[in-house]
Amino acid sequence: MESVVARAGMWLAALFVAIVFFVNAVDTGFAVHMAIFGLAALAGLVISLRKTDYLAVANGTRLAVDQGRYDDDLIRIGVILTTFWGVVGFLVGLVIASQLAFPALNLGLEWTNFGRIRPLHTSAVIFAFGGTALITTSFYIVQRTCRARLALPGLARFVFWGYQLFIVLAATGYVLGISQSKEYAEPEWYVDLWLTIVWVAYLAVFVGTIMKRTEPHIYVANWFFLSFILTVAMLHVVNNINIPVSIFGAQSYPLFGGVQGALVQWWYGHNAVGFFLTAGFLAMMYYFVPKQAERPVYSYRLSIIHFWGLIFLYIWAGPHHLHYTALPDWAQTLGMVFSIMLWMPSWGGMINGLMTLNGAWDKVRTDPIIRMMVLSLAFYGMSTFEGPMMSIKSVNSLSHYTDWTIGHVHSGALGWNGMITFSAIYYLAPRLWGRERLYSLRMVNWHFWLATLGIVFYASSMWVTGIMEGLMWREYGADGYLVNSFAETVAAKHPMYLLRAFGGVLYLSGAIIMAINVWQTVAGKLRQEEPLRQAAYDAAADRPLPAVAAE
Amino acid sequence: MSNKRIDEPTGVETVGHEWDGIEELNNPLPRWWLISFYMTIVFAIGYMVVYPAIPMLSKGTEGLWGWSSRGQLAKELDEAQAGRAATLAALAQVPIEQLPANPDLMRKAIAGGRAAFRVNCVQCHGSGAAGGIGYPNLNDDDWLWGGNLKEIETTLINGIRQPGNAQTRTSLMPNFGKDGILTPAQISDVADYVLSLSGKAPMNANGKLAFEANCVVCHGADAKGSRAVGAPNLSDAIWLYGGSKDQVVGSITKAHAGVMPAWGGKLDPVTIKMLAAYVHSLGGGEDFADAPTNPAAGTTGNAKP
Repeated sequence: MESVVARAGMWLAALFVAIVFFVNAVDTGFAVHMAIFGLAALAGLVISLRKTDYLAVANGTRLAVDQGRYDDDLIRIGVILTTFWGVVGFLVGLVIASQLAFPALNLGLEWTNFGRIRPLHTSAVIFAFGGTALITTSFYIVQRTCRARLALPGLARFVFWGYQLFIVLAATGYVLGISQSKEYAEPEWYVDLWLTIVWVAYLAVFVGTIMKRTEPHIYVANWFFLSFILTVAMLHVVNNINIPVSIFGAQSYPLFGGVQGALVQWWYGHNAVGFFLTAGFLAMMYYFVPKQAERPVYSYRLSIIHFWGLIFLYIWAGPHHLHYTALPDWAQTLGMVFSIMLWMPSWGGMINGLMTLNGAWDKVRTDPIIRMMVLSLAFYGMSTFEGPMMSIKSVNSLSHYTDWTIGHVHSGALGWNGMITFSAIYYLAPRLWGRERLYSLRMVNWHFWLATLGIVFYASSMWVTGIMEGLMWREYGADGYLVNSFAETVAAKHPMYLLRAFGGVLYLSGAIIMAINVWQTVAGKLRQEEPLRQAAYDAAADRPLPAVAAE
Repeated sequence: MSNKRIDEPTGVETVGHEWDGIEELNNPLPRWWLISFYMTIVFAIGYMVVYPAIPMLSKGTEGLWGWSSRGQLAKELDEAQAGRAATLAALAQVPIEQLPANPDLMRKAIAGGRAAFRVNCVQCHGSGAAGGIGYPNLNDDDWLWGGNLKEIETTLINGIRQPGNAQTRTSLMPNFGKDGILTPAQISDVADYVLSLSGKAPMNANGKLAFEANCVVCHGADAKGSRAVGAPNLSDAIWLYGGSKDQVVGSITKAHAGVMPAWGGKLDPVTIKMLAAYVHSLGGGEDFADAPTNPAAGTTGNAKP
């Protein structure tokens, strides 16, 4: 009973704080956000009071949690939310791709302007879709590979829902015009503080679960998850050291200014790619690929070397985002050479993933989920080669500020992050809801081809237009003068923008097919269709090992 | 709790760990992978020796090759400048009046002007120089302040209504409505009359009277404008601030006074000369002989800086 009272009291206090900040707010956006905070606290209060079984508490008959089962409630919600955020993020991406081709689609409204919708897209796909996928799969994988239930289940729920609140605050903030104008770190100081609290709680839940593991060793996926959680915490805190103008207002100013601010921002920005989108997703890869292929991981030794290589080298590569700027030349050089050295450690993950299929390559033909994983690893390999190449100064002088960068990012994001997440969702859905199989494996196949074609259209059009615009910018005529005005390079890109948007349509359609498939699977339906292939699942073995008293 | 076994399909031994059914093989690092990794490290070390790379107390090492990004930029700019130097020197010598007599130099001046236009002028006049509301189209033969090379150069150097420039092209149309010189009804009549000159409205006799009393001083009895004061020709189809009834009424009620910067203080004389040659070449550029001797009574059109 004490714990119920303490929890309710905490929510009530949070509600009061939100009300005080709401009443004193100096700008509308801040007031809206404090109202959202208040509603979240109210929801927490109501749920903690209503979900308690008071009779059982009074009789002392509250049922103990079944320690022989994994804590999967959050994971089921997480799979649904990942799917939802994926569709939302891709849809907003399609909207801004269309805005670039047809500026009239900005609608002349401040809320729908490209400048506000673009961070909505990037945050929706990276932090909402990717972040929810990472939290969800990390909770699933750490339990299985530690053979233990989640530590601190209450805190785990706080992490999960607190992160969703962060997403809502970030998204509404962008539309309302609240931004600290740092790419991939747009949310303002109070949302940053909230995320810091959530993230520290995430670290506690994750480390707590590892500490209570019943396996003697820590599996490689958990090394990657842990490095992702730790490093993102560090990056987030350092890049968001801001001083608010008013404690009751949204606006703040960063502590670092000028080129130092730029370096901190790209140290953050590049390692958000390195630790959020690479290390975290490699962790997913290290669990789901061997499980789906039913094969051992190719090389334990390679996993150690490429893990430490990746972790050590990635953190230095950020300055390659600032080639030919006010950043001192020596720092640019270091950013470049660390990016070059990063090439092989990055590829170690691809090799370990692909070679895990040794002895099971036939499954690429029969299992669309394996096919997705293989394509995902192929795109991972492609982007992690392209990245070091683009970090070379002479290549960068052509590629920087062009759409080539956009193409590079999307071949990684759509190909690697998207495809590995889709295959994880397909792996999880039937298992989490106890279904015999997915509603339809043939729809997975459709998803695979739509997504693949979408990426081809997207990436190749952006490569072409990026190189074209880079060459146009630097083109000198025979008379010794620049040939093109900036507006002419923009006009020349229009056909490629249309192809890119078409690629987005294909990719989004694939995600919608996935959403239907997941929905039907959850509903317990099975589509009548010619079977493809299904990896074996042993429900009896899918549980932690209960502690056994010493004999 | 080691449980090593030989994996049947590959014949490789496992490490002996197992997590949720996942085992790991004890394959060595792929040789090509390891060699490539070492090669990137060797490359990185070599690169750091020859390029600026290591931060010291007051500044970073400069590298054996002495390269710097600023040095590279300066070198490329110098090379481009050197390639143009002969042309620029020749252009500096030739007065703009004599440029048409030297077709080769004229062609080079136009090329240089095109580049300078793309940097300095497209923001207002558009990349096709077609202008917009308030920004004259430079492709037609309708000139507000004169369309021969010299006149265009003068406009470029001194600008239009540029504060602080004594030689700037300047004039000020009265705010006939805002300052109560004409009633709204009169303004409507004048607008109808003005539009009737280009056949866009029926003749308005009251408007004609008001026009003759108020407007002919600058725009001329035939409404063909005056280059001396940059008064636009009102009898053609070209409208600097829009040719709808509402727009014309708006222009009479509260007059526009567009400003163009004086480029004399911003660009060097040769660049301005080249810009004048480029604008002149776009279409409607006038020869020196063509220019009306008495612009106020000019018979050719005028409309634009």
